[in-house]
Amino acid sequence: MLGIGIIKGMAVTAKNFFGSFVSKKWLPTVQYPEAGNTITAFSRNIPFLVYDKEDSPLETMRCVACKICEKECPPQCIYIVQEKDANGKLLKRPRIFDIDISVCMGCQICVEMCPFESIKMDSVFELSSENRFEGLLLHRENLLKSNSYYHQIHPQEAQEVDDRLAAKQKKAAATAAATTPSTPAP
Amino acid sequence: MTTNIDQLIVDLCKWVAQFSDDYLASNFPVVAQFLHDYPIITNLIWIFVCIAPLMVVFLTFFAIATWLERKGLARIQNRIGPNRTGPLGLFQPVADGIKMLLKEDITPRSSDRLAHFLAPVILLVPAFTILSLLPINRNMTAAAVDTGLILFFAIGSVSTLSIFLAGWSSRNKYSLLGGMRAIAQMVSYEIPLVLSAVTVIMLTGSLDTSRIVSAQQLSSWVESSNPWLQILGQIVKWNVFTPYGFCGFLIFFVASLAEVNRCPFDIPEGESEIVAGHLTEYSGFKYALFFMAEYVSAFAINGLTVTLFLGGWSGPNIRPWGSDDPNALLIPGFVWFFAKMFFLMLIMIWIRGTLPRLRVDHLMGFAWKFLLPLALINIFVAGFYYYTPWYIGWPFGFAVNYACYELLGKLNRPTTISSKRTYHYAT
Ligand code: SF4
Ligand code: SF4
Repeated sequence: MLGIGIIKGMAVTAKNFFGSFVSKKWLPTVQYPEAGNTITAFSRNIPFLVYDKEDSPLETMRCVACKICEKECPPQCIYIVQEKDANGKLLKRPRIFDIDISVCMGCQICVEMCPFESIKMDSVFELSSENRFEGLLLHRENLLKSNSYYHQIHPQEAQEVDDRLAAKQKKAAATAAATTPSTPAP
Repeated sequence: MTTNIDQLIVDLCKWVAQFSDDYLASNFPVVAQFLHDYPIITNLIWIFVCIAPLMVVFLTFFAIATWLERKGLARIQNRIGPNRTGPLGLFQPVADGIKMLLKEDITPRSSDRLAHFLAPVILLVPAFTILSLLPINRNMTAAAVDTGLILFFAIGSVSTLSIFLAGWSSRNKYSLLGGMRAIAQMVSYEIPLVLSAVTVIMLTGSLDTSRIVSAQQLSSWVESSNPWLQILGQIVKWNVFTPYGFCGFLIFFVASLAEVNRCPFDIPEGESEIVAGHLTEYSGFKYALFFMAEYVSAFAINGLTVTLFLGGWSGPNIRPWGSDDPNALLIPGFVWFFAKMFFLMLIMIWIRGTLPRLRVDHLMGFAWKFLLPLALINIFVAGFYYYTPWYIGWPFGFAVNYACYELLGKLNRPTTISSKRTYHYAT
């Protein structure tokens, strides 16, 4: 019959309409903020910096201030200044690591590019601030989050990263062990 | 004066008129004399008295309809819809109104300022004027005109002009395109709209809207003493239950969707193609006026659909107990009228939640190649139905209409559809 498609379509929308009154399946809306939020393990929002030991974030942060992410970031929202010790010698650590989250578009390219598994994506989203300039510029201290937090928000990914790092370390140790004897003693 | 709740408002009106006449004549003879000498003043006052309730009622309906639309569409799309403004979001229309009023009213610098200002006003006037031609209840037509139906179509088509005015005066290519589309669409759909109403005029023999309604009541059953017969008598003769009426109702409803720019015929606004069509350059209260006019004219055309095909203010109704007035009704007629009007409005919302927007050429093809021939055939069916007894006319009329419907569908199918499409850019 001509026009049966329209009737079928109307039936589908009617099913959705009445279904939304009876079942959660047809009405997945969550009443944020009263009913809390539903962050899944797949949520990716802005980047953060990983450190390993809970008690010493600055000492165990993985970032070496290589500035690869700064160069790769499409909207150029990362700003890094390398740290120097008292003698003016460059340290493998950033003194300033700023991300302007009003500019960051969450593309995750910094994460892809970092060779040291140091910058990862966070899943926080309640980032609004009363000051739209300084309030949205996150500094090193705001960005540093522990590896256990990473495990908490993205368990599977964090485990993979840990395995990778462990394998790398083992390999480095193995090459070190293999090369050490061959080097002639000074 | 009858003791009939159905006629309560009408009686009240008459009583107030009588009372004020007497009161003025006895206490303020000068005023009474003045009103007598200048009947135009009296008429103007009466016009205002008739129009004011219409405005109030239909503006309330507009608010309810926007709320219903937002909630209904939300539910269709598995959302909740507005729920922060008052219980169930009921005050959302109020919030919308305040927002619209507080917004800056921008007129583009290069626009035709006068026309840009006039367009929303011109749109609103016919939308409200045609409301006064609808018989909301027995003896409750704000302007009881003998040729009400013609007047309805005549005034109603002014809205085309104002939409084009809006599109043209904005000096914006999208607005102009929207205006041109609106003209093309509305002029095309006006024809099947009127032609499907012609069948009702033929069978009723009158252009008077209240006579069209009373022709849809079986008076011998309504006036009988059996309540079941009274209920049935108010229903069985609705035009929609006849072959010409059913077909006419469908054509009329579809064409009315196009007339009031509702989905799926909202290509003049087509926000995915031309920003917002004729509304592009409108903001603030003028935009709200457009919005309001759209809903009010949707109500008006639904009211006409109800009048023509769904029995107007008659519905499953009985006489109140102990009443000997054959015309008395337990539930006032306007309740049925408004209920049916809202029912059609809900179907419009449902359709909006279901169907995608048509393409421009499909839209024109649908009007000229499908609705128009069907409406013409329907006129012949109506003539045939008139001259034959119902047990022949009814099945035969339905069969002919259905056959033509399928045939037109077949004829309208593109003749060659290549079974395999080739894509150049997509794989
Ligand atoms: S997620 Fe993208 S935009 Fe944001 S800091 Fe990383 S590279 Fe830059
Ligand atoms: S986050 Fe990674 S890529 Fe960016 S500076 Fe630190 S180590 Fe280099």
